Amino acid sequence: MSGSKPAVSPEKTRRARRKFIRSVVLLAGVIGTSLLGVLPVVRAWTKRLRPPGALDEKDFLASCIKCGQCVQVCPVSAILLGDIHEGYGIGVPYISAREQACDFSCDAVQCILACPTGSLTYEKPDFFSVREGAEMSRAPVLKGKANEPEPTLNLKERMGLARLTRPDACLAMQGKGFSGPARGPEFKGRMRYMAVDRWNPIPVRDHPYEREVCDLCVTECPIDDAIVLEVYVETEDSRLYRPVVREQCVGCGVCEMICPVEPAAIEIETRAVWKTDGS
Amino acid sequence: MRRFAENFLCMLGAEPKKPKGSGQISDEVRRIMEIKRQDTSGLKEHLHEQARQQPRHKWRNRRWIVLVAVNLLFVLSFWLDIQILEGALTGSRFVGFHLIDLNAALQVMLAHKHIIVNLVIGTFTIFLLWVLLGGRSFCSWVCPYHLLSELTEKIHVVLMRRKIVTNREFHRGTRTVFWVLFVVLAFVTGYTVFETLSPVGILSRALIYGPGLALGWIFLLLLFEVFWSRRAWCRYVCPIGLTYGVVGAISPLQISYHVEPCFHEGDCRKVCLVPHALDVTIKGRATETQMGLGPDCTRCGLCVDACPTGALRFEVKGLSKLL
Repeated sequence: MSGSKPAVSPEKTRRARRKFIRSVVLLAGVIGTSLLGVLPVVRAWTKRLRPPGALDEKDFLASCIKCGQCVQVCPVSAILLGDIHEGYGIGVPYISAREQACDFSCDAVQCILACPTGSLTYEKPDFFSVREGAEMSRAPVLKGKANEPEPTLNLKERMGLARLTRPDACLAMQGKGFSGPARGPEFKGRMRYMAVDRWNPIPVRDHPYEREVCDLCVTECPIDDAIVLEVYVETEDSRLYRPVVREQCVGCGVCEMICPVEPAAIEIETRAVWKTDGS
Repeated sequence: MRRFAENFLCMLGAEPKKPKGSGQISDEVRRIMEIKRQDTSGLKEHLHEQARQQPRHKWRNRRWIVLVAVNLLFVLSFWLDIQILEGALTGSRFVGFHLIDLNAALQVMLAHKHIIVNLVIGTFTIFLLWVLLGGRSFCSWVCPYHLLSELTEKIHVVLMRRKIVTNREFHRGTRTVFWVLFVVLAFVTGYTVFETLSPVGILSRALIYGPGLALGWIFLLLLFEVFWSRRAWCRYVCPIGLTYGVVGAISPLQISYHVEPCFHEGDCRKVCLVPHALDVTIKGRATETQMGLGPDCTRCGLCVDACPTGALRFEVKGLSKLL
């Protein structure tokens, strides 16, 4: 028995061949589908603002384990996770600043603390390069903690930079004021107001403003010396102002969230770096 | 050792080995088979009929409770902020201790090429846990896709019985090729390519953080399994299953097969996700009186419930000898 091979019927061979071809098609199909995930990434269909302390985009996508522990610790629920249309960005955290910016009301940048893989990190290991202008030249100071012994934020690199993308729409540029809830009575975004509650963020809609000249992006910015209001036209009977972004801007997006015009006059440019020539 | 290697290769896709001649079959097994041949008491028919009338779901129910409880613990830890099991199935903290899914860790380490301490700690903890608990038991006792797939499998079986669909099989080795390809892709592209399609990550995140478009992919997979090929993702594709299978190869927790009470009816193979693991239950295949089912077995216990004579049992290797 052991020497002779049993005869194989043609039907059996045919079935085996079909099974083989089917398996190859399955392989090609699933691998092909998985490779489609590269498209949204390389074509940058969705350029996301990443949470504070994120590695550079390529490293971030590679090292993130897509678990959402950063989402769970954020006191203002600023962090969202990417969906399947973001390809390899699926499950990767991002911030949609206009809906809910990161206002650092956790003080210690809790999302970095929660990250199990070092995708969000306080201290970038030496083998990663730092893009020029991404590094903060000095530690950002939290306005809310200015009177405390350690007012700085443990953040070495910026997430991006605020930019006045629609200067014509800016109320200050038109010399206009603002009164009422910044984003209307329906807006769900939250922020910490030190004067209201040191520990708990409250809805922005519950904190109406009254300003003769709109300066919300400046006063609500959580970082010291990141944005100022400068006089830009001065005549005898009127003054026009312009918000100017300074080097201390970390790109948290509070100015974009709080801007009362629709669409926002000031926006975060994701992963933008500070250029010393003044831009 | 030889049996271990055969089982391992069988998990990778090789056909289960048949014993060559009766020389490989132990004297004890041959004696048992001879006794069975001479038995004409009708006990077999009686027991079989009895089991058919009273289907048991002891292990299935226990397993579903555990699976739902684990996933619910993830969900409630976030929703009610009870902070017991924070994160998702890809990576989490259990009361502060890092836990990292082995396949997700593999993808991240290969794509990123830098490894940090927390990742290693979490991965090692999970590795130890599943070595103790049986490797692929992750699939049947924890994976949310397994439960969905198990439920839709019932539709497939009904449609099969009515001859509306047929089950098209693939080569089991396809999963091994997938595993290798996804490892290579992660390393070469520097992206965690598999995570984009991983039903474990997608479902776990959807449960905890809310549904999204990605559930469309899960729906497509389930449709494919209902109308085209039974349990196709778990059987022929999922690299997570193979990763945990490798871990489970050295696990003491297994389902063991006892040849003496077995009547070789094959009810166990009909309910099994990985029927090749139950190849030993075919008449003439068993070489020892008691044999483990091998690493591809998900320890789901469906066969234990299905067996009318108790020939298949949960067992901790070495423990029964001690007792």
